[in-house]
Amino acid sequence: MDFSYGFGLILLITGQCLLITVAVLLSLAFLMFADRKIWAAVQIRKGPNVVGVFGLLQSFADFLKYIFKEIIIPAGSDKVVFLLAPLITFVLSLIAWSVIPFNNGWVLTDINVGILFIFAVAGLEVYGVIMGGWASNSKYPFLGSLRSAAQMISYEVSIGFIIIGILISTGSLNLSKIVLAQDGSYGIFSWYWLPHFPMVILFFISALAETNRPPFDLPEAEAELVAGFQVEYSSTPFLLFMIGELMTVVLMCALISILFFGGWLSPIPLLPDGVFWLVAKILLLFFMFSMVKAIVPRFRYDQLMRLGWKVFLPMSLTWVVIVATLAQFGISGYVRW
Amino acid sequence: MNKIDWRRAINYFLLKDFLKGFKLGIKYFFRPKATLNYPYEKGPISSRFRGEHALRCYPNGEERCIACKLCEAICPAQAITIDAGPREADGSRRTTRYDIDMTKCIYCGFCQEACPVDAIVEGPNFEYATETREELFYNKEKLMENGRKWEKIIAENIKLDKSFR
Repeated sequence: MDFSYGFGLILLITGQCLLITVAVLLSLAFLMFADRKIWAAVQIRKGPNVVGVFGLLQSFADFLKYIFKEIIIPAGSDKVVFLLAPLITFVLSLIAWSVIPFNNGWVLTDINVGILFIFAVAGLEVYGVIMGGWASNSKYPFLGSLRSAAQMISYEVSIGFIIIGILISTGSLNLSKIVLAQDGSYGIFSWYWLPHFPMVILFFISALAETNRPPFDLPEAEAELVAGFQVEYSSTPFLLFMIGELMTVVLMCALISILFFGGWLSPIPLLPDGVFWLVAKILLLFFMFSMVKAIVPRFRYDQLMRLGWKVFLPMSLTWVVIVATLAQFGISGYVRW
Repeated sequence: MNKIDWRRAINYFLLKDFLKGFKLGIKYFFRPKATLNYPYEKGPISSRFRGEHALRCYPNGEERCIACKLCEAICPAQAITIDAGPREADGSRRTTRYDIDMTKCIYCGFCQEACPVDAIVEGPNFEYATETREELFYNKEKLMENGRKWEKIIAENIKLDKSFR
């Protein structure tokens, strides 16, 4: 391999990375706006509507505000860890996008352990929260991060089992292959949401808990912990936390649409497949995330733990056994390889 | 072992409460919004609204205040400070100083109730936020200016409220 070829490859990969990063961050700005608008609409409010047309530029105004504020580092905090924590949250949630297939072949790194990679990255994300809470050297952040650690770990277990069910059906850890395995002649009815039906809802709820979204936003429950692990953060570090969290939410939406709703596949057999189907599915799921935030009251901590360990874990575990049995006997829909 | 409430358990697993809430949420989603677009549209204000203070004048331009100091006496926050003396032009007893510390004022409206000549009143204005604290220490000139500025609305409000006083 000569030098110019290698250089060109590096340039190409950098370009692709930038494309994904910019696209994700830009859409995130509008998704945050949509989140606030949906939340407002359910509460019969108008929501942000001053900056730009219909307030569309609100997120950018907020972004500028965060950037220009002063970064306050508490005197008793561990400065390195304190500043590292938001970076970890942000970078990890961005990294996970590298294995998401946007269309047939449109994927930055088409690794064979894609789903495992996302799972690993999502597992590491808890470090951002824990480090942030611990390094702040303050009571509420500490309690918030402790809760967050317990919560994220409990729900990761059931998410893992749900994914195992999908893997048994597909026979591959590659996200593109998982999508292609759902490509059938029945359109929307050949996707995994039908054979794996109860797990879609379980995965959705676990994703809510995993991303610290309401009603599982105990780490930052403002009524009891002010803002949880974020209390001592201001300015850009806080912005990174916020963007990182929202990016994980969108990532979870993308993951649900890839695992259960056929990624870029079109729901009607005659229509062409394409990236817009994935975007539409992500948007629909994000709408659900926002609606849940608007209508469901926050869980109590013991309820959260009970739901995670006593309901979700047995259910997903049983489901793995059921899917494995059905796949063993070659029931169509459950085994596709 | 406790008896299992099957109906409750089934509702729990079918997410019945969530679906009900979701339906309600969607219903409210399309309701006309209750938001008042504040700087552009404002809510109605009662004629008894107690906002920014103003010192009024008679239609011929004579100031109403006779320096009786009843407002100063009744003010529970002790926000009003009055000095009285003979006016240079005709020697009548008038205020030489009339200060209201708007940061102390609790907007109880006792001053306007105590006033025998309707001189000090709390007008309809509530948008007088300032950038510094010092700007909120109102003196007589500022209050007189407020009186001139809001006289029309204040006179109307007093007329509306007359039968109740």
